[in-house]
Amino acid sequence: MEGWDRTTKSTLTQIPLLSVKAGPRDGSAWTQRLKEEYKALIAYTSMNKSNDNDWFRISATNPEGTHWAGKCWYVHNLLKYEFDLQFDIPVTYPATAPELELPQLDGKTQKMYRGGKICLTVHFKPLWAKNCPRFGIAHALCLGLAPWLAAEIPILVDSGMIKHKDDAASSIESS
Amino acid sequence: MEAELKNLLSDLHALEDSLRDPTHHSLIDKMRSRVERLSVMENSRVVQRVKIKDMSAEVVDSNPYSRLMALQRMGIVDNYERIREFSVAIVGIGGVGSVAAEMLTRCGIGRLLLYDYDKVELANMNRLFFRPEQAGMTKTDAAVQTLSDINPDVVLESYTLNITTVQGFETFMSSLNNKSFRPDKEGSGVDLVLSCVDNYEARMVVNQACNELSQTWMESGVSENAVSGHIQLLVPGETACFACAPPLVVASGVDERTLKREGVCAASLPTTMGVVAGLLVQNTLKYLLKFGNVTPYLGYNALKDFFPTMEMKPNPQCSNAACLEKQKEYALAKPARDAAARAKMEVEISLEPECLHEDNDWNISVVDDSDVQVSSTSSGALPEGLVFELPSADEFQKPSVSEETTNTVDDLEDLRRQLEALNAD
Repeated sequence: MEGWDRTTKSTLTQIPLLSVKAGPRDGSAWTQRLKEEYKALIAYTSMNKSNDNDWFRISATNPEGTHWAGKCWYVHNLLKYEFDLQFDIPVTYPATAPELELPQLDGKTQKMYRGGKICLTVHFKPLWAKNCPRFGIAHALCLGLAPWLAAEIPILVDSGMIKHKDDAASSIESS
Repeated sequence: MEAELKNLLSDLHALEDSLRDPTHHSLIDKMRSRVERLSVMENSRVVQRVKIKDMSAEVVDSNPYSRLMALQRMGIVDNYERIREFSVAIVGIGGVGSVAAEMLTRCGIGRLLLYDYDKVELANMNRLFFRPEQAGMTKTDAAVQTLSDINPDVVLESYTLNITTVQGFETFMSSLNNKSFRPDKEGSGVDLVLSCVDNYEARMVVNQACNELSQTWMESGVSENAVSGHIQLLVPGETACFACAPPLVVASGVDERTLKREGVCAASLPTTMGVVAGLLVQNTLKYLLKFGNVTPYLGYNALKDFFPTMEMKPNPQCSNAACLEKQKEYALAKPARDAAARAKMEVEISLEPECLHEDNDWNISVVDDSDVQVSSTSSGALPEGLVFELPSADEFQKPSVSEETTNTVDDLEDLRRQLEALNAD
């Protein structure tokens, strides 16, 4: 964990760790795991809100809790950039991490696999593997998605690959 | 096309007859020969061979199996035609998987199951098999198109799905279990699964499926820098599974600023991928047709021309529950396996003609291997004072139970509502 900034580290220590090692095919054990996932997400979301650092919305779209969808946003130069966020819980979860997808950015950056799956290989997968099964969805967002957005969005904005929604609207008006 | 060319020929004929002036005849002859050449080209393009019921060893130009059946005459394979009974599943139809599929198709394999969710792209053209005009097709459809042209005898099944999702995995498992091709086969519906995927997640999924089904499979991989690769045989319970030895986890000091900017594009070479596919299918043929030694692991280092090989025993502390279960079954079946091996050896010994020498001045005699082992240090016995750190895998070790179940009585619906309430504002 050396090399991570102090805020991320202190945030991370406050997200509850999980204990049940179970995936979506494990029946009642998965229900237990799902409860822990919810608790961690609730704690992380309320912590973000109280620190004025709210940056995502996520909820399960099916009763089994295997597909999740929502939004995430990043503020760059005082402008808010918002993206759809979705992912599936893989059958081998939690041995393998969920592959977080930002479908709107598909094809706009090299740091992405097909379908808008963000690249987590270098900065996140080793941490996930080391901390299996204690890390969950909340940890994946905190250590996987947040640093990716922080590294990638400024570059995408500065290179003109993505435009702020107000900018895009005004440029249409003026033209 | 063919009919059009024929009409053109008859038109030319009519024109020739109606023309009085013979000076034009040479030109018409030239046109006729051009049309004939065109129709020959057309015919050679559409010819697709018919299905062949029995493989023949007859050496004629028109027999697609003559060179393969010659393996029997050369004493390499006992019964080559058995290949038509086998089903092989190939997961991942990329640089390695597509080439492996073509090799098995040309060998006349009975049935191929192909799994991939990707589409063919022009960026794949540095590899073998797919053609530029197939860009945009799903890899499975494009593969079936080419493979059924090459050998219509092979039964091809294609599955365009992502095996890592819950739904995809269910389809994957049920397709492996489907025995309609050979109802009398023991175990699952396939003889071998070949993993030709390019990521850790998908390998773990193939591993999970094969452990649950007790299905023997082979792993293959090419490194990101395209200059090394490997193949590995995995027999659930008997050899290490893919989760038994997790990849070396190096959590180096990475922060946002050092996140690589090169992108996630891995290098690839048609040569390395072709070599690895060749090694994989060679091992597959040896395994299915029972000739030579089936390698447990074979590496390929292109820079140094180094081919390391090794055996890996399963990890008694493997994190995969299905693997532990198969290890237990394998350990419990050890007495039966030993008895079978001994019986086989005795048969072999009795078959061997006893060698009698007229004189034996030096009193040389043949000693059984097991008699020597007592004093030998290389066969597992350690010098005094040394002990193995890890238990031997030959006996089944009961895992020490240290699991405490913290049973929280929270309601899932309640938690869901709490998160939704947070999401609402």
